[in-house]
Amino acid sequence: MSPGILGKKIGMTQVFRPDGRVVPVTLVKAGPCVVIQRKTPTTDGYDAVQLGLMEYVKPSRLTKPETAHLKKAGVEGVRFLREFRLGPGEGDLKMGDRVLVGQFKPNDKVDVIGVSKGRGFAGVVKRHHFRGGDATHGSMHHRAPGSIGGSSYPSRVFPGMRAAGHMGTDRVTVRNLEVIEVDADDNVLMVKGAIPGPNGGYVIVRRSKR
Amino acid sequence: MSINALLTKVVNKGKRTDVPEFRPGDTIRVHVKIKEGDKERLQAFEGTVIARKNTGMGETVTVRKVSFGHGVERIFPIHAPVIDHVDVIRTGRVRRAKLYYLRGLKGKAARLRERE
Repeated sequence: MSPGILGKKIGMTQVFRPDGRVVPVTLVKAGPCVVIQRKTPTTDGYDAVQLGLMEYVKPSRLTKPETAHLKKAGVEGVRFLREFRLGPGEGDLKMGDRVLVGQFKPNDKVDVIGVSKGRGFAGVVKRHHFRGGDATHGSMHHRAPGSIGGSSYPSRVFPGMRAAGHMGTDRVTVRNLEVIEVDADDNVLMVKGAIPGPNGGYVIVRRSKR
Repeated sequence: MSINALLTKVVNKGKRTDVPEFRPGDTIRVHVKIKEGDKERLQAFEGTVIARKNTGMGETVTVRKVSFGHGVERIFPIHAPVIDHVDVIRTGRVRRAKLYYLRGLKGKAARLRERE
């Protein structure tokens, strides 16, 4: 069994549990994936599978080395490739094997890894949850960071001081999300809660380790 | 299938199909399942629909009635399984989507004309 699957975030909605409670869910179009390369300790020094998400890709969008690499596994349309490390006794996947969403079932716990939405150059209130100052009552201190170090002591700015800067487009992992539903016909995986990235963004769905 | 079509498909699968069509201004009776200990019974709430909000699985309807001189409003998630069924009692002709102005009116002034 594969330790994970690749997918695309579809969007969020909500569903009702049988007892009537409402659950916020994110839909992921997970798979079909194919094993593009099988890395083994003898050839590569470690044990891993390289999965590719099968979708329509215009042939001219792939470089010749990419096309040849995919051809070894007998597939064409793959744009998103990621590797999963294999532990002892997990080596039953072979090159060209399909990995489908059906291997997950409700109540499983998964980690979802994606690239968060970019926020550009963000101030300290948005980026580090600083409180900011009063908006009114004569306040002239709104969203500025305030003091970053005294002039006599320490008379310098400590390294690592939180400041404004680029925020987002980071690799983010959300751990231990519950699988709510699996639709094997449409390759849709429904997980509880939010996952990183915009709708249509690529995500890695991994079985939780604990 | 495109990403958006998949979302629509999943949402439509979860939606209820047994809810009749009604609009703001209509009078409806909503039967809600109520759990008392281990027994379940139905409770009805009848009133005027003053708003429908949101789309998809989170769609809600605001129902207003005047009970013993006090205005009472309840908001129902219409796709929730706690809603047993909905009866349309009467239709009403109104010219806007949100009838919040009814909150300031009472008695004869709060009446609505029947829709053709």
